Amino acid sequence: MRELKITPIKNGTVIDHIGNGMALEVLKIIGVSELDKDSTVSVALHVRSQKIGWKDIVKVENMELSPRKVNAIALIAPTATIAIIRDFKVREKRAVDLPDRITGVVRCPNPNCITNQHEPVESEFDVARRRPVVLRCVYCERLVDEFLTRLA
Amino acid sequence: MTLKGRDLISIRDLSREEIEEVLRSAKRMIPYAEGTKLGDQLGGKLVTLAFFEPSTRTRLSFETAIQRLGGRCVTIADPSASSMRKGETLHDTIRMLSSYGDAIVLRHPNEGSGRLAAQASDKPVINAGDGAGQHPTQTLLDLATMQEAFGTLSGLKVVLLGDLKYGRTVHSLAYALAVFGAELVLSAPPGLGLPEEVRSQLDQMGAKISEEDQIHRVVRDADILYVTRIQKERFVDLAEYEKVAGSYRIDSALLKSAKQRLIVMHPLPRTGEIAPEVDATAHAAYFRQAFLGVPVRMALLSLILTGKAG
Repeated sequence: MRELKITPIKNGTVIDHIGNGMALEVLKIIGVSELDKDSTVSVALHVRSQKIGWKDIVKVENMELSPRKVNAIALIAPTATIAIIRDFKVREKRAVDLPDRITGVVRCPNPNCITNQHEPVESEFDVARRRPVVLRCVYCERLVDEFLTRLA
Repeated sequence: MTLKGRDLISIRDLSREEIEEVLRSAKRMIPYAEGTKLGDQLGGKLVTLAFFEPSTRTRLSFETAIQRLGGRCVTIADPSASSMRKGETLHDTIRMLSSYGDAIVLRHPNEGSGRLAAQASDKPVINAGDGAGQHPTQTLLDLATMQEAFGTLSGLKVVLLGDLKYGRTVHSLAYALAVFGAELVLSAPPGLGLPEEVRSQLDQMGAKISEEDQIHRVVRDADILYVTRIQKERFVDLAEYEKVAGSYRIDSALLKSAKQRLIVMHPLPRTGEIAPEVDATAHAAYFRQAFLGVPVRMALLSLILTGKAG
């Protein structure tokens, strides 16, 4: 059987150190269907990591992540690092980092919150705590610590 | 530090110093609220009261505060008559109302509506209760009642009794009391305790908190018994409700072991949590508490609309 290696990409993004089992969720955030049809997407699941034990990796060709997507990844994969590749070289590498206020990434879990009614308003959260992450809805002040099912 | 032109959506919007300023001003407003002094602090001001949910006490105390200080108000008291019934968003309703008056007082069934209104309005917005969320003027009048009775807020031992889970007033009150260094004793029926998230925040603030489900044990050394309504609709089993409601009833017999200075507070309306016989005792502070809503709202409106404290 021919062995398939994950090949280096010329331009794109490598999201490394994703918590074990979270790569598919990261793919959902990235929105694979929105990608250029000629782009390669490589996913490595359950890879040994010195830093975090086991990890997942996602490599996407010809795409750089919007700040909103980076924030969403930071919520579900707080250990992730993001490397921007240009012309086969790592041009930028950083840990995902949450800003103090996050807009439009998470839906408020409170069904009675004004952001869940038909109002012209985006959800907005302040970071109430960073490790582990707890967000506070700017509108109804509800605290949220589970994000996977609540991504907008 | 000034409150002029500011919104008041959550008690968190105010620093400790600002809360103290409101309380000082409220004290000066008492003669105006009693009608023994005539006020004109809000002369020429028009306040829009937008009440999209039924309310007697809060709406009338705002109207009283405004009119006793020489201001005027226009009121939406019946949401069924408003354009929101026709599908207009709260955002648009508030945007329009903000062009009419000098400030908006909002009561609305959705949590977070106050914050949304503040964004939509270019005039100050005062939150008069958003669903099960914030009700900062209630917290301020609660603090005013305690301050009046004891001359201070720090070091008081406050028992929060009843439904601490859904009771709207209790969460912001607990937060404010923690800011002032009061000691909190939580006493709630099973399943109606303070939500974990609220509790952990209070712990983070370094608040001194304990729990006790037997009321007679906490009455002895408490300064304040803050009683909330146990809502029947939260119980599936009516018999369970009767049992719980019965065990949280404050009566003269229970108060026999209390300190002489203990005060009993309640945001009202009460539904049997406090026996009527308590009304005649020196412990009953709930009607005074309801009255203090007027000077507290006078103080707030005056500070927000004119920048003046009295």
